[in-house]
Amino acid sequence: MPHENRDDPAVRFERVTKRYGDRTVLDGLDLEVGRGEHVTLIGPSGSGKTTILRLLMTLERVTDGVIHVDGRPFSHMPGGTNGKLVPASERHLAAHRRRIGMVFQQFNLFPHMSVLENVVEAPVHVLGESREDADRRARDLLDLVGLGDRADARPTRLSGGQQQRVAIARALAMRPGILLLDEVTSALDPELVAEVLDVLRDVARSTDITLLCVTHEMGFARDVSDRILMFDRGRIVESGPADELLESPAHARTRAFLGRSGERGRPLR
Amino acid sequence: MWDGEAARAALPAVLEGFGVTVLATVPAFAVAMVLGLVLALVQRAGPAWLALPVRGAAAFVRTTPLLVQLFAAWVLVPALDAPVLGVLVLGTHYATYLSEVYRTGIDAVPKGQWEACTALSLPRRRVWRAVVLPQAVRNVLPPLGNYAVSMFKETPLLSVITVHEMVHEANTFGSTHFAYLESFTLAAGVFLLASWPTSVLVRRLEARLAA
Ligand SMILES: Nc1ncnc2c1ncn2[C@@H]1O[C@H](COP(=O)(O)OP(=O)(O)OP(=O)(O)O)[C@@H](O)[C@H]1O
Ligand SMILES: [Mg+2]
Repeated sequence: MPHENRDDPAVRFERVTKRYGDRTVLDGLDLEVGRGEHVTLIGPSGSGKTTILRLLMTLERVTDGVIHVDGRPFSHMPGGTNGKLVPASERHLAAHRRRIGMVFQQFNLFPHMSVLENVVEAPVHVLGESREDADRRARDLLDLVGLGDRADARPTRLSGGQQQRVAIARALAMRPGILLLDEVTSALDPELVAEVLDVLRDVARSTDITLLCVTHEMGFARDVSDRILMFDRGRIVESGPADELLESPAHARTRAFLGRSGERGRPLR
Repeated sequence: MWDGEAARAALPAVLEGFGVTVLATVPAFAVAMVLGLVLALVQRAGPAWLALPVRGAAAFVRTTPLLVQLFAAWVLVPALDAPVLGVLVLGTHYATYLSEVYRTGIDAVPKGQWEACTALSLPRRRVWRAVVLPQAVRNVLPPLGNYAVSMFKETPLLSVITVHEMVHEANTFGSTHFAYLESFTLAAGVFLLASWPTSVLVRRLEARLAA
């Protein structure tokens, strides 16, 4: 796939292969996301979209190939003889993954902490912010996601949409340069989807964060994405500006996929 | 048969023994909770060269009778007073059970919690302290309570190494006054009075956590 070449893209996959046992999910994938770019991955179930995000979040390790973040090797580090790249140590990953945040389909809030504690946990214990500074910023972020008045509530008392908005605030509190969103509305009741997507549109518009989303919400994809990548079986079928790709997909696979997922405007499983 | 006079006379000794039982059970259970947690953490988060032998040793202690352990420790470690030794052996014995309980609780913390910690770059130590252990312990409060009750009921075994807990006192009184029936009935009654409310408390706790 040709990409416009920028210096130091935020993310670069270089011939990345991921296998589970003898099942190859990604096979020599090349992928670039520019700084501040908003990219959405679409494609049928099992095509490897989540795998890409999980590799970036270091929840999985690459089988082969190298992931670069901000122009530096991320999945690997220089080592061994003559500076050859070797798989990154836990320490290397720990030092570099702070740049990246992730929001999960299932929210994964800490149920034994209040909403506010969820949001200040990482700024205080990872970034070393003072509790006061972290508190103040957490409250700003909770205002941003429309939950300023629920700071002291337990997450389990909140609706799914509210929980997901807390999860977004929690991720943003780490000031990530790159934010990964994996089907963040798929676990929500339909009537709660809009409030979460509105918050994300806001974030996309008002920050210079690099966004990498997986979604089945084509309307949202069109609104926030600079570019959409159509995936199938671990390969990029087609890539292009959001409007263009959604309006006039070049590839038959993309047409078929969009035709199907358009029926209900909701994900197909 | 029942000699009310003897029963009344036995009461002070039995109650004093009861005090010793409580005094032994509380620190022994504290030892079990702390050591059990350490054993669980070593097995779940420690390096393999340490985790494997620790697992083996814990399994060994768990599967040998407490009575044998008490005797062995008493003979092998004469430097320690019987009550201290008793508390340590009792605590260690139960620690090997509690470590299994903690491990169950740790394993029940959903994978998503760990992944959220990674996504937030929380350091390992903080992940355990602030996220995993609080949830793991909450998961296993009812079984912890049950083990506290059963430890309390096993504390009389300490009498074999001359700790003057309640059953020992009842036995002594029984033999010196020929009033076994009275002294042991009293001891049993005190046990019942003490463990019944505790188990009710544990049940309540269980119900509240389940809700
Ligand atoms: N831990 C794992 N072990 C084995 N196979 C896995 C594992 N995780 C993912 N896979 C497989 O990898 C393939 C790609 O999965 P992935 O979750 O990336 O797909 P996806 O595009 O996100 O799909 P969906 O739209 O259903 O979320 C699937 O076939 C899946 O079964
Ligand atoms: Mg997925």
